[in-house]
Amino acid sequence: MPSRAVPYLKAVVHLLCLVPLLYLLNLYRNGSLAAQADPVNFITHFTGNWALWLLLADLAITPVRRLHASLAWLVRFRRMVGLYAFFYATLHLLTYVLLFSGYDIPTAVAGLRAGHLLEPWTQLKLVWPTMLDDLKKRRFIQVGLFAWTILLALAVTSPLRVLRAMGGKSWQRLHRMIYVAGAAACIHFWWLVKAGVRTPWKDTAVLAVLLLARVVYLVVKRVRKRGAPVAVQQAV
Amino acid sequence: MLLRSKDKHEIASSEITPKDTYRAFQTTRRSLLAGMGAVAATAALPRRAHALSPLKVVPSAYTVPDRATTPEAKAQSYNNFYEYGEDKSDPAKNAGKLHLRPWTVKVEGLVKKPLTLNIDDILAYRPIEQRIYRFRCVEAWSMVIPWDGYPLGELIKFIDPLPSAKFVQFISLEDSHVMELPDGISWPYAEGLRMDEAMNPLTLLTFGSYGETLANQQGAPIRVIVPWKYGFKSAKSIVRIKFVDKMPRTTWNDMASDEYGFYSNVNPSVDHPRWSQAHERLLNTNSFLPKTVPTLMFNGYGDQVAQMYAGMDLRRNY
Repeated sequence: MPSRAVPYLKAVVHLLCLVPLLYLLNLYRNGSLAAQADPVNFITHFTGNWALWLLLADLAITPVRRLHASLAWLVRFRRMVGLYAFFYATLHLLTYVLLFSGYDIPTAVAGLRAGHLLEPWTQLKLVWPTMLDDLKKRRFIQVGLFAWTILLALAVTSPLRVLRAMGGKSWQRLHRMIYVAGAAACIHFWWLVKAGVRTPWKDTAVLAVLLLARVVYLVVKRVRKRGAPVAVQQAV
Repeated sequence: MLLRSKDKHEIASSEITPKDTYRAFQTTRRSLLAGMGAVAATAALPRRAHALSPLKVVPSAYTVPDRATTPEAKAQSYNNFYEYGEDKSDPAKNAGKLHLRPWTVKVEGLVKKPLTLNIDDILAYRPIEQRIYRFRCVEAWSMVIPWDGYPLGELIKFIDPLPSAKFVQFISLEDSHVMELPDGISWPYAEGLRMDEAMNPLTLLTFGSYGETLANQQGAPIRVIVPWKYGFKSAKSIVRIKFVDKMPRTTWNDMASDEYGFYSNVNPSVDHPRWSQAHERLLNTNSFLPKTVPTLMFNGYGDQVAQMYAGMDLRRNY
């Protein structure tokens, strides 16, 4: 892949990552979102799924790149896909805060229109205890918020300038937390489904393969490193 | 509103497989399957496609005046019917394969005489009332649905169970030829009620909704509706009714007893471990914005049912 093609390809990946959002907006626009039996439930699952899928896609970049030297350019898409995963995870969190918690959007909007600029905040304060209670009592919400917090930290430190300021080593150490975020996202999924429901299996299996690929890579690399001098000795 | 046209779903009566032929076919097929462990035999299953047909219903005093009725399309596209898949949109996609006739309900256990009742006889036994009930799912959403049926108590009086019968168990259809039956749940689906709950005039033996026969994904052709309990207590596509003296096995209680109690009365003060039951999303509008309302004790039916639980600790007996 010549480097000149990368900017064009980036535009394509941007569009691809925005397709789910555009799809959702289109459902809203043409009324089929409202025709859904439970639009809030749909939006929650939709944004949650895409956050997880993009996170998995992001985690797939490195193992795929390692398959062959000619795929090295793939690494240039890692930050972007990761940021989109964070973007959908944020939409997912906002869905919980604004649509799931009982937050009164019509009143907040009416307040704004009437010039009460603090009305959205007042409404948020009304549902705040419910959300706090949820957070205290429910482990799937805790682990979900934990995953989002990691993604937030990675997103904030994603600009090159921050990388330089932090130094490559500590930056990388922090960004290895993406594995934890992936695991936390899958655990969030498992803890929220009913007993007996196996839906999160596929995503969990993909995550396991992607993490295992890294372990295998490290082991192979280490064996080769250790093996190399021996081979040289024998050759001599 | 009834949309009905002569289309591919309608089958001339001349084309319906006679019952005896069908039975003979089933028997031979079963012995064949047992003998050779055959696959792909399902393609030969005789099927009767099903279109909703109107029911003759009489209005009742049971209405929900302060809440709009859920649009029919929503009630029939959002169903928890795990036999047809785990997603709430799966049953509407997959339940078309269910054949509704012949259909019998076996009555067994502590009864004077075990019976096998034909669905059409059960349906014709009493006039069909239309009752608009609040329907509260354990997942904290709710609908307002006109159900068509008659009190289960009427049928139980006819069945005449022995005095030793203290509970009723409902067993749903388990048929891998027409159902997905996902792993992880032990089929058939079973639910149950205490005898006084089953006899409560609110408990509706249900054949239809919105003035039509039940859609397959709603648990056609026969189910119960227990409006003061979470939706999963209202067993669908019932094939057996068993009278027993001990609290019977119920599916979700088996799966996760800390989340789903035997009683499972709607109760805003007892949380589900994974979410609060204090509020519910009322799905009765055509807006995408949620309507969150406080959940009512016994789903608002306390006047009719609370006395059955007098003296019981409902926090423990959730």
